[in-house]
Amino acid sequence: MSDITSAPPQVIQPPAPPKAGWTKARIAGHALMGLWIVAGVALVLFLITSYDAEFYDRYTPKFINGFIVTLQIVSLSLIIGAAFSLPLALGRMSRNPLAAVPSYAFVYFFRGTPLIAQTFLIYYGAGSFRDALDSIGLWWFFRDAFNCVVFTFALNTAAYQAEILRGAIQNVAKGQSEAGESLGLSRFLIFRKIVLPQALIVALRPYGNEIVLMIKGSAIASIVTVFDLMGETRRAFSRSFDFQTYIWAAIIYLVMVEVLRRVWDKLEARLTRHLEPDTSAR
Amino acid sequence: MDQVWTLVSFGDEGWGDEIARGTLLTVALALSTLPFGLLLGFFVALAKDSNEPSLKRAAEIFTTIFRGLPELLTLFIVFFGVQILLRQFAELFVENPTIEINSFFAGMVALGLVFSAYASEAFLSAFKGIPSGQYEGGFAVGLTRFQTMRLIILPQLIRLALPALSNLWLILLKDTALVSVIGLADILRQSGIAARVTKEAFLFFGIACLIYLVLAILSSIVLGGIERWAKRGEAAR
Repeated sequence: MSDITSAPPQVIQPPAPPKAGWTKARIAGHALMGLWIVAGVALVLFLITSYDAEFYDRYTPKFINGFIVTLQIVSLSLIIGAAFSLPLALGRMSRNPLAAVPSYAFVYFFRGTPLIAQTFLIYYGAGSFRDALDSIGLWWFFRDAFNCVVFTFALNTAAYQAEILRGAIQNVAKGQSEAGESLGLSRFLIFRKIVLPQALIVALRPYGNEIVLMIKGSAIASIVTVFDLMGETRRAFSRSFDFQTYIWAAIIYLVMVEVLRRVWDKLEARLTRHLEPDTSAR
Repeated sequence: MDQVWTLVSFGDEGWGDEIARGTLLTVALALSTLPFGLLLGFFVALAKDSNEPSLKRAAEIFTTIFRGLPELLTLFIVFFGVQILLRQFAELFVENPTIEINSFFAGMVALGLVFSAYASEAFLSAFKGIPSGQYEGGFAVGLTRFQTMRLIILPQLIRLALPALSNLWLILLKDTALVSVIGLADILRQSGIAARVTKEAFLFFGIACLIYLVLAILSSIVLGGIERWAKRGEAAR
């Protein structure tokens, strides 16, 4: 026992104090933050010096109109796309090749090609089928750029949403639907009451990303003569050659995306609060 | 049907060679954006991963801006904004300077900024996946910080970030289509010209879409190969 007590006392070194003063990282960080602040101040100064009452009188209502058109495009496409996405997701998961192959091709096409090319294909391409569309009485629909844009965006987002939904549905543990079966529920009821609600919770975050992508993608509508926020911006710039049009557009888009992101984070936290590990008990 | 083949043939009557040149331009633009975007994204991720709050903040502002703006708007702001800034700068020295910014360069910068903002997130989550023991091990055998980063962290980082980066490459490839709007003769612009001249819009935009699909499929094959190569050191599980 004596050898234990005679062992040299353990020297416990205190952890090294954090490096104080100006480390390289701190210098770089402050320099970059300084750069951002200078850029921000320059931007505000630019907006102040180029203030022009006439410019605001003329373009503010147009920007508001454009903003509303953007909201319309985004919300219509997302809702129509969501309606399309459920059968598409079910088709992707189906074992029947008659359902699986076409839905796979649809999803692959719309996810593998640029949105702007799809918009051109439908908006300009519809003209190639004018006679056929006329004869079935659909030409009025494809003649209008706004309809074409919503149609294309809806198909595009349907493909993305279908993949989100499929991933989320397959993420639900198999025991959940087995439990439903053992209770004698029908397959439809199991899907609607057990699988889908759990899948939608998992899908919440990717859905939020998809909405952001759609807001950003909707700027493409301006290229095919739709006067959404971006379209009004481009028109205002081509008339006034005033660069503040683009600055304002950037601010509006940024605020739109940031607000959505934060609201969505809150929403997700609220909807998943029952899944949080209980920290109050500890 | 013969008529269609004439339209897409190579030579004076067909548009095949024009579209092929556009394809080369699209690929060139995407490939030249990639290193710039990867490098910038890596440094932004490094800043976000640092313990210094000011550095973190600065990097987060960068990501917020370039992930939040529509790619098209970023492109216009870079294209027109840089032009205006350069002109104002040149006016200090000469009167009425004529400055035109190369649209390839503008496209590269705009797409690179967007790519790096997303890539930084991919790198950041990869950084989080590397335990601190890896750094400590490097320091313990006497490597410098730079050596530890290059020899120990980076190889693991690439493997962890690769799936997300592959996805970003496919997005970049699609985003290059936007540069047709600022006058760059890429796939979409060339097929747009062909569509206007021949009045066969559906045919030519359909071809453009198919070319993008083929590029995506080829990329997936190559990226799959790279991913297998990156994983070669991993034990089969």
